[in-house]
Amino acid sequence: MPDTATHDAAVPPALHHDTAREGFAAFISPAHRRRYWIALVCLLLVGLAFCLGILAWDNPLPFGTRGFWRIAESRATSVVVIAIVAVSQAMATVAFQTAANNRIITPSIMGFESLYVLIQTSVVYFLGAVGVTAIQGLPQYAMQVGLMVLFALGLYGWLLSGKYGNVQIMLLIGIVLGGGLGSVSTFMQRLLAPSDFDVLSARLFGSVSNADASYFPLAVPLCALATVALYLHSRKLNILSLGKDVTTNLGLKHRRELMLTLFWVSVLMAVSTSLIGPMTFLGFLVAILAYQFSDTYDHRYVFPMAVLIGFAVLAGAYFLLKNVFYAEGAVSIIIELVGGTVFLVVILRRGRL
Amino acid sequence: MIQLGKLFKDYGSGTSIGPVDLEIPPGGVTALVGPNGAGKSTLLTMMGRLLGPDAGTVVIGGHDVTTTHPRKLATVVSTLRQENHFTARLTVRQLVALGRFPYTRGRINREDERIISESIEFFDLGSLQNRYLDQLSGGQRQRAYVAMVLCQETDYLLLDEPLNNLDMRHSVHMMHHLRRVADELGRTVLIVLHDVNFASHYSDWICAVKEGKVVEFGTPEEIMTDETLTRVFETPVTCHDGPSGRLAVYY
Repeated sequence: MPDTATHDAAVPPALHHDTAREGFAAFISPAHRRRYWIALVCLLLVGLAFCLGILAWDNPLPFGTRGFWRIAESRATSVVVIAIVAVSQAMATVAFQTAANNRIITPSIMGFESLYVLIQTSVVYFLGAVGVTAIQGLPQYAMQVGLMVLFALGLYGWLLSGKYGNVQIMLLIGIVLGGGLGSVSTFMQRLLAPSDFDVLSARLFGSVSNADASYFPLAVPLCALATVALYLHSRKLNILSLGKDVTTNLGLKHRRELMLTLFWVSVLMAVSTSLIGPMTFLGFLVAILAYQFSDTYDHRYVFPMAVLIGFAVLAGAYFLLKNVFYAEGAVSIIIELVGGTVFLVVILRRGRL
Repeated sequence: MIQLGKLFKDYGSGTSIGPVDLEIPPGGVTALVGPNGAGKSTLLTMMGRLLGPDAGTVVIGGHDVTTTHPRKLATVVSTLRQENHFTARLTVRQLVALGRFPYTRGRINREDERIISESIEFFDLGSLQNRYLDQLSGGQRQRAYVAMVLCQETDYLLLDEPLNNLDMRHSVHMMHHLRRVADELGRTVLIVLHDVNFASHYSDWICAVKEGKVVEFGTPEEIMTDETLTRVFETPVTCHDGPSGRLAVYY
């Protein structure tokens, strides 16, 4: 009996120490932490495997020859594009959902893609098929990114911080605005000559092969900069996800943090959309899976998970479509199909917005 | 001390709060009471700078809430709103730990851990600390939220209807804890209450609000009279001496 008594007395301090240590962490138990790292490593391996697959699969020349490397090099463009898009969409969607305090809406659903379509359509409408060549080039790319950042900052800043800070209204305005911009585009497209329309519709199709390697000097640094900025912002995002009142109460300037986050989100979205075109549900799919797999509120852990999931999904879809179905252009179709289905399932299962 | 100077908020179409001039003494529990729509919560949220006033000043413990640096202010006053819906899934301990943000910006150290554990113990949440908020009952969840603002270690705690949706037992429990926050930790607690009898029993001061104006401020003995309560709540109220303080009967 005395033995158990001393044992009991010895337990509480040890327990206390353990729980105190757990408080440090973003995970509720060491098992959760372990599960997180295992998932992260697995995703990394899967991503690397697809990456290798894209570079080396079906390469007609024997491994190690100069020709082999030349082919691999030309395919590396696709890998870089996939990486940029995956990082951008994943970081932007997670950060946006935190800022908006809602895990259903994404920048894409809120009219971002429609703006891209409108810009592309107007160029072809006003300049003709030659216009398409006119919007291909680094300065034009920079301009398009700039325009989209301005639009997004204005729209989201207004919607999220004003008296319309209500999810239902915001979602409605975003969707109506997206629909409105889309209708303007459709109207312009009706008036196009069939040949111009043909050129345009090829541009509007979200596709990895659409991307132009000459944009990399701008796209890569912008993407890296925004990603690092958002990641360093993680601790503040943890607070921001609790809403305006708690954020203010804990001594942060809510509006400032919100606009800063939205700025980086719009940079990322603009880089990605201008590079390959609309990918409406990729961000949503990636973010939902990232919350599921990381099982923590802490953005320092959610961000890497989201990025790796994004890369694995996009690279996987591209690899399968290219080598199994011989339809590499259709990556966005597959991702939209899967992402849209997940979106519906999530909404129906949660039963609320 | 909390000083309100000509605090005013206009909602348009004839609805406005204030102008309010008020001094709430430091220490103890002060209850804000009044009919629905009187502006109790609006006043409280303006004091806690969660809502910007259209005119007037709020000075808490010598700090003007509009000009003091937000980070500094977060170590002086903490505010808890009535509704708290978080998209992120948090455990009790993770939630309470967020209260340390103004001090260490999310980098929790040993000292923080000690204060987090103390706040959790203070509200008897020790056995629940690794449970998710959505796995708790309403009363437990409410305690966790209050533990979070306690963990912020501010001299002033502003709570907007912490008894909302709590049953008798949990309400009494919560008020006991808040009383201890004031008595044992020496903090100033300002609380919006619906039930005047809770205010009568647990608070040191009662502030009656009606139609956006402060109409009465005094000790429970001064406020708990037939005439005052009938006038404030616009319903016949009689006050009786109960076993522990004055009781209002209005049924």
